[in-house]
Amino acid sequence: MTDHQITKIKTWLAAYDGPDISIMEVCGSHTAAISKYGISGLLSDKLHLISGPGCPVCVTPTGYIDRLIALSLEKDTTVVTFGDLIRVPGQRKSLAEAKGEGASVEMVYAPTDIVRLAKEHPQSRFVFAAVGFETTAPVYAMLLEQLVAEQVSNVQLLTALKTMPPVISWLCEHGSGIDGFLAPGHVAAVTGADLFVPLAEKYRVPFGVAGFGAEELLLAVYGVFYAVVQYRDRGVVPSVKNYYPSVVCAQGNQRAKELVEKYFEPCDALWRGIGVIEGSGRRLRAEYACFDAGSDQLMEDHKKNPACCCDRVLLGRVLPGECPLFESVCTPMNPQGACMVSEEGSCHQYLMYHRER
Amino acid sequence: MCVAIPGKVIEIYEKDALVDFSGNRVRAIAGLVPVSVGDYVLVHAGCILQKLSVGEAQDMIRLFEEIEEEA
Repeated sequence: MTDHQITKIKTWLAAYDGPDISIMEVCGSHTAAISKYGISGLLSDKLHLISGPGCPVCVTPTGYIDRLIALSLEKDTTVVTFGDLIRVPGQRKSLAEAKGEGASVEMVYAPTDIVRLAKEHPQSRFVFAAVGFETTAPVYAMLLEQLVAEQVSNVQLLTALKTMPPVISWLCEHGSGIDGFLAPGHVAAVTGADLFVPLAEKYRVPFGVAGFGAEELLLAVYGVFYAVVQYRDRGVVPSVKNYYPSVVCAQGNQRAKELVEKYFEPCDALWRGIGVIEGSGRRLRAEYACFDAGSDQLMEDHKKNPACCCDRVLLGRVLPGECPLFESVCTPMNPQGACMVSEEGSCHQYLMYHRER
Repeated sequence: MCVAIPGKVIEIYEKDALVDFSGNRVRAIAGLVPVSVGDYVLVHAGCILQKLSVGEAQDMIRLFEEIEEEA
């Protein structure tokens, strides 16, 4: 982008004075980038960016965390996880607190690291906390490929995998007042930008697939707001635009999609604070059930603190600062809800960057 | 959690590749997309997810045109 174009975009965003427009950044990494770059501070009072339910650990129900903790306390069992999940509170405690009390919990950089652990300790069982969206599902599929090929039998997954289109449909059908979406760039890297076409057509809302750099994100934010105005004022039919073409194509990564299909099938999934959304999860197919650590019965979701507003924050109904616990009781050092734990959580980001809107 | 970082493929092994991220070199699982030495790739959770391309930037070009048309 030229300086001239950036100036024009910033001027348009600051000067907009029509009816209020709200667009949602669904992806937690977008929330983090928007906060870091101060993009919401460039917007007129009539333009709103709402942080959505796209931080995987933030939407994982407490019953899942509680089950991981129970597994980590079982004899000869180690729970293996990414760093994001370890401090998320279950109903009573987090995995980090459980580890402090002697539970067996390991953090890894990549799921495939678990294969090395499993081979070094053949007498132990290793359970991977497999959370994530379409971006991460192929990584778990690659892990399963390796487990099958190398006949490693002491690794299982506790899955809480989720997919984007059903939750976006849910938001559109529950009167959330969202006029457009910034579509998650790394989900689209796998699925292709076309994943969002049926949603744009059905709900008549524009989608802009966005990258994570300051300029590309600014361009996508402008593109989606502008598309809302074009639809409202001139009847231009909303569509999906790809503002991240270096990484995203229309069809995505075919091999990754096939591998995910090979190992996983759609299922209903429980979202923290939202409830069950039909077909919004993925579970291991029956023929690979030997790799499942009991993911099916995890339908419990109880707040650690009853006043926690994470559920409404995830839906864009309240801003993080409107939660009575924000910054007083609930801080990154002592999080009451998942949105304050994850570095991609809305509350964490709003607090760290003093973001007010 | 969907954080993914671009890097450059330096060496290719049987199942993974050495990827350079501004001097920090990490082995990443290959196999989801064919890669060659010198390719720029997107790595997520230790796995190469996609090859970076000089993609078709038509939507961006169109938006730039519209920006220029805006008064």
